[in-house]
Amino acid sequence: MKSNPLPAGVLPVNESKYRCLSRITRLRYKAVYGVIGCMLAGFTAVAQETYPVNGVAEPKEACYAFTHATIVKDAQTTLQDATLVIRNGKIVAAGASAAVPKDAVVIDCKGKYIYPSFVDIYSDYGMPAIQRRTFGGFGGGTGPQFISATKGAYGWNQAVKSEVNAAQLYNADEAKAKGLREQGFGIVLTHQNDGIARGTGALVSLASEKENKTIITEKVSANYSFDKGSSTQDYPSSLMGVIALLRQQYLDAQWYKTKPAAEGINLSLQAWNDNQPLVQIFDANDKWNAVRADKIGDEFGVQYIIKGGGNEYQRIPEMVATKAAFILPLNFPQAMDVEDPNDARFVALADMQNWELAPSEPGAFEKANITFALTTADLRDVKSFLANVRKAIEYGLTEQRALEALTKTPATLIKSYDKIGSLDAGKLANFLITSGPVFQENTTLLQNWVQGNKYVLKEEGWNDIRGTYALQLKGATYPVEIKGTSAAPSLSYLGKDTVAGKIEVDGKLIKLSVPLTKDGKQQLRLSGVIGSDNKWSGSGVDEKGNYGNWTASLTKAFTPKVDSAKKKEPLQLGKLYYPLSGYGFETMPKQEDILIRNATVWTNEKEGKLEGTDVLIRNGKIMQIGKGLAAGNARVVDGTGKHLTPGILDEHSHIAISRGVNEGTQSVTSEVRIGDVVNPDDVNIYRQLSGGVTSSHLLHGSANTIGGQSQLIKLGWGVNAEDMKFRNWDGFIKFALGENVKQSNWGDRQRIRFPQTRMGVEQVLVDAFTRAKDYEKAGPGKRRDLELDALVEIMNKKRFITCHSYVQSEINMLMKVAERFDFRINTFTHILEGYKVADKMKAHGAGASTFADWWAYKMEVQDAIPQNATIMQRVGLTVAINSDDAEMARRLNQEAAKSVKYGGMAEEDALKMVTLNPAKLLHVSDRIGSIKAGKDADLVLWSDNPLSIYAKAEKTIVDGIVYFDREKDLELRARIASERNRLIGKMLGEKKRGMPTQRPVPSREEIYHCEDLQGGHQHSVLEDARQEIK
Amino acid sequence: MKRIFSYILGLTACATQLHAQETVYPAKPQKGLIYLKNATIHVGNGQVISNGTIGFNNGKIIAVGNNVAIPADDVKVFDVQGQHVYPGLIAPDSDLGLTEVESVRATNDYSEVGEINPSVRSIISYNTDSKVIGTLRTNGILLAQVVPQGGLLSGSSSVVQLDAWNWEDAAYKADNGIHFYMPRLMPRGNPFGAPSAGPATDAVKVAMAQIEGVRTFFREAKGYLQETKHTATNLKYEAIKGLFDRSQKLFIHCDLVKELVVATDIAKEFNFDVVIVGGTDAWLITDVLKQQNIPVILNQPHSLPVMQDDDVDQPYKTAAQLQKAGILFCISNDGFWQQRNVPFNAGTAAAYGLGKEEALSAITLNAAKILGVGDKTGSLEVGKDANIVVSTGDILDMKSSVITRAYIQGREVSLEDKHKQLYERYKYKYGLN
Repeated sequence: MKSNPLPAGVLPVNESKYRCLSRITRLRYKAVYGVIGCMLAGFTAVAQETYPVNGVAEPKEACYAFTHATIVKDAQTTLQDATLVIRNGKIVAAGASAAVPKDAVVIDCKGKYIYPSFVDIYSDYGMPAIQRRTFGGFGGGTGPQFISATKGAYGWNQAVKSEVNAAQLYNADEAKAKGLREQGFGIVLTHQNDGIARGTGALVSLASEKENKTIITEKVSANYSFDKGSSTQDYPSSLMGVIALLRQQYLDAQWYKTKPAAEGINLSLQAWNDNQPLVQIFDANDKWNAVRADKIGDEFGVQYIIKGGGNEYQRIPEMVATKAAFILPLNFPQAMDVEDPNDARFVALADMQNWELAPSEPGAFEKANITFALTTADLRDVKSFLANVRKAIEYGLTEQRALEALTKTPATLIKSYDKIGSLDAGKLANFLITSGPVFQENTTLLQNWVQGNKYVLKEEGWNDIRGTYALQLKGATYPVEIKGTSAAPSLSYLGKDTVAGKIEVDGKLIKLSVPLTKDGKQQLRLSGVIGSDNKWSGSGVDEKGNYGNWTASLTKAFTPKVDSAKKKEPLQLGKLYYPLSGYGFETMPKQEDILIRNATVWTNEKEGKLEGTDVLIRNGKIMQIGKGLAAGNARVVDGTGKHLTPGILDEHSHIAISRGVNEGTQSVTSEVRIGDVVNPDDVNIYRQLSGGVTSSHLLHGSANTIGGQSQLIKLGWGVNAEDMKFRNWDGFIKFALGENVKQSNWGDRQRIRFPQTRMGVEQVLVDAFTRAKDYEKAGPGKRRDLELDALVEIMNKKRFITCHSYVQSEINMLMKVAERFDFRINTFTHILEGYKVADKMKAHGAGASTFADWWAYKMEVQDAIPQNATIMQRVGLTVAINSDDAEMARRLNQEAAKSVKYGGMAEEDALKMVTLNPAKLLHVSDRIGSIKAGKDADLVLWSDNPLSIYAKAEKTIVDGIVYFDREKDLELRARIASERNRLIGKMLGEKKRGMPTQRPVPSREEIYHCEDLQGGHQHSVLEDARQEIK
Repeated sequence: MKRIFSYILGLTACATQLHAQETVYPAKPQKGLIYLKNATIHVGNGQVISNGTIGFNNGKIIAVGNNVAIPADDVKVFDVQGQHVYPGLIAPDSDLGLTEVESVRATNDYSEVGEINPSVRSIISYNTDSKVIGTLRTNGILLAQVVPQGGLLSGSSSVVQLDAWNWEDAAYKADNGIHFYMPRLMPRGNPFGAPSAGPATDAVKVAMAQIEGVRTFFREAKGYLQETKHTATNLKYEAIKGLFDRSQKLFIHCDLVKELVVATDIAKEFNFDVVIVGGTDAWLITDVLKQQNIPVILNQPHSLPVMQDDDVDQPYKTAAQLQKAGILFCISNDGFWQQRNVPFNAGTAAAYGLGKEEALSAITLNAAKILGVGDKTGSLEVGKDANIVVSTGDILDMKSSVITRAYIQGREVSLEDKHKQLYERYKYKYGLN
């Protein structure tokens, strides 16, 4: 039931005609009627031509003139003592000399301000509620769903809803409209915020009229997000999957233009194409997602308007670089209730800092000259909107830009400035009448006119009755003074003493109690009306109880006290760190020239381990190795008694990844890319720097046979994702075999996806590469398939495999499959039975990256042995030791040392397993992995032999930048303690002042292992360990 | 790998013989005197004896020191020049023998159904034939507390020695304690978004109610146990009799400050001999624990800091903080196969502020005391069981330690394990030595 066939205000006399209305719809009428009461004379609704009239027709043009107002036509133009003329819901004129038409109802707006009503271009107003799924992927509790459950000729993925049109779903919602009007809004761009492609948005006014009249423009925008919303389909379960899906949709839509017979009719792709000329809006909802969205746009020639999430201020340069306009929410976090120190412990400093700094976001955008609009989206309560605008102003946003961000900017962004966004002739009569400058604290929003319909927001205060009056009753004159605010005036009698009385104003009705004496025993009780000439009159009783007529006339106008600068405490804000984390940098460390003097240098070159040796680094490179080197301008670091090694490279890592390491919803997902979801804010970057790690190979997980493309990064702390990526690097991709890909340990519901056996795994591989081969050979006009593109790259030796594997049979199998398609497996990772087929791996040309001593955690690791690395190395393979674990990565050097213990490996060979060998496996040993002139200055200075349990990384250097320094770390700890203390104090103050606070809940970190699905997990102590016994 | 062992009288050379897993036998009881000489002896109580000798007979240590006279006859003497002698290491919190393959349900015997199961006994599940056990002995771990999980009161643990034919032989101290897994006393948020509000989801309240349920159980058991005659026997109450006479310990698994405070309060109310297991945040309230004299089996140092603001090395240095505060503690490691890393966890604690001998105590003598077997083992002192490990180097450092001999109750135990055997098998395949 969505149609409302009644022009508002016309009662449904003929009930039978509306008998099909549901109860809910009727209730909605009630709500509409409720509003009519306050619409008063401004009611201008005109029934549509096609609708029957029940009663006598009432055509009218509804012309109004608002005179003597301060008219803020737009943020640049303010007209004093000006007139605004509207007719039929449109602005006719606004100006100092605008003529008042004869048929106009004139409204004197002396002392009032008139603004264009606000525009919100990110809204779901009037849209049906969405059942959102919190956990995506893997079928929830019901088993997997591979294909969209949407019925009809739509696309394969349920989260792509490009065919949805807000205009068709739109059902005006008076309660919500009222809330928005009260905050100054007259129009919104609304869309159904469900899915990755969300279809089109419609521009609708907030007038309480029939939908036919309030839809201003049917299709204005096409909306997108990274959130699959209500889709019950498994794919995509990860953020990288969402991004891959978007990419493929752009390609498919392009291809669909050729009307491929194989596809038939695909209404989703058709709509996708049809929607491209519209304004493209992306709900990124986060600073890094803004960058990710913009990057997708760049690939396909689309510039999105990006809807932010409120943390974009943390990365202004990156936001500028998107060149996008933004829609910013004002969802400033509430202070946390940190009274209990043992709860406060679990609130990260970053969250407290965000609480403090988030209101500075709009101001930061203004300073950076980024175009932005403001939205009510994401607010806990729309009622807090204006207060939050004021807060943003307090935190640095100018009033002018605030007004622009609510009027001209959003109107212009959605190409509707010809209709809305200012008080120029021809535009919709959407305007606000206020008691003063709109963003001032004590200003009252009096009326909001939408499409020429008057909505009274506050009756009181339209007339400012304050001043001194001569009250006359039965011949006597009583001087009274009306003070207070215009909306809530107060009265005092100015007799011998000044005595406080009472005044109540209800529209034009007035009620006075005027005590003549302090004891209140003698008082006048009067009621009457406020005349249009502002004279009051009525009847009442005097102090003796005698009835009589009374009048009051102004003798002295109220002069507002100049706000004696209510001393606002100057804003004291903490500094922004990069990244926003306790361990973030206030200023990024710079590349330095450093001479490390007199250390034991583990070169990993033929020189071996050199005692008492100097290493000079300059411009991020190793310049010289030798004894007694001249420092020049370089900073000298004493290495006496210490060990210098190349930085550790973790061949198998899942740190610094946002929203999922597995897109394991299909057996082949070579289209997804970890590079799309690198998360520079992960504190594990810093923690691993503290363990001497300088590079990490970030891998897709092992939930499916052909996983996603991996990303090699250098650990930069405080830099952005792009700057972390290893430059000029051969692409790699993760494959996986065995129990995970056949879902052996996922429970009984997961017995549907092919493959369920190692036999099936082989077939998945053979099938994928066969398809890829045919695809490569296919002629022009083929559908570009990102999944197959990646496989073609593998066959053409442009992309390399690192494959999660355990038992010998599957290792052997994969090598045979690769040989059949004429390529080689670059690396087997985990490879716990590599020792059983090391000779075959050697013949094939594969390398190995393994755990030092893991075993027994599942069936396929029953024959894992800690001598695995040693055997493989002795057979002649390039062997690395990896972590697959954020904790273990911090002591990979010691994991390597276990081969000394279990296999008797030479110490230098052991160190190579976490430095040079993984560099070889990743084809970057020309740049990292050993200490050699010309290589990257990625170095670690250790307190002890790096293979010893007692070794600590004292300095970790990446490209000549000291990212971790054990002494600096101590300073950071002190800073964390003092900043936490300051912010906790500030939050406590907030609570004391009665501001709302939220319960502190543990700040969450994303921690992943290979097998983790979308959510990852938290620190074991923060998770309910009792539920999840290992 | 070439390691030189010099034997006087060269009586045994079992380390060079290779048995298939199924023919690796538990050692026979010690017969005759054994002496290890020229060793660096780490007593386990902080003391180090250079160039010392240790002798044992009938499973007990009879002499330790620099000037130990070695009888001439009927004695096996091993010159372990350059090597280090340690007390057998103890894994204080493990599901060793209660599971074989973590992901295979049929092999998992550590968690029962139900919330209050004090009568459940982990020793019953303990599988002496687990292939994991040998891999721990090889790293010097000779004793373990095998601990049940699941529910709130999950049952009793036992201390086992790691060279036995069956669980009865293995029991070193049966049913030494009852284990209480305290629910987390921490507010929970919606992991994917804004914190959920309202008392309905107050995890702390739910947890406190659960804890109160356990306390009620204790109170009712106390009443029950004060009366000797019952028309119906309550096995659950009977099972915790030892808590009230302090012959059994109550191991409370908890980590956060509030939980630790509640644990100390339980100790006070019932006068139980309470041990904290976990104690991740114990460093924050050392004075309370010290005052109440409550020992801690500390979570493995090889952990990530709990909070992103925590010192990056917090888990590494917690042990040193407890030591400094004078709290009796030992160091644990999660899991079962992982127990072979117990010495390296102690090594890390040593790198971060704990003395090396203190770190050793944290996996030997202090562990023994906390588990209730300190009178029998944990240090190399006369009269104690001859639970002894010999290592080529610092046992806390993987770079330098290979275990060359191990004795449990004086029995020289096999240092064969499944891994060494597979190693040999494939060295054979590739012709490696």
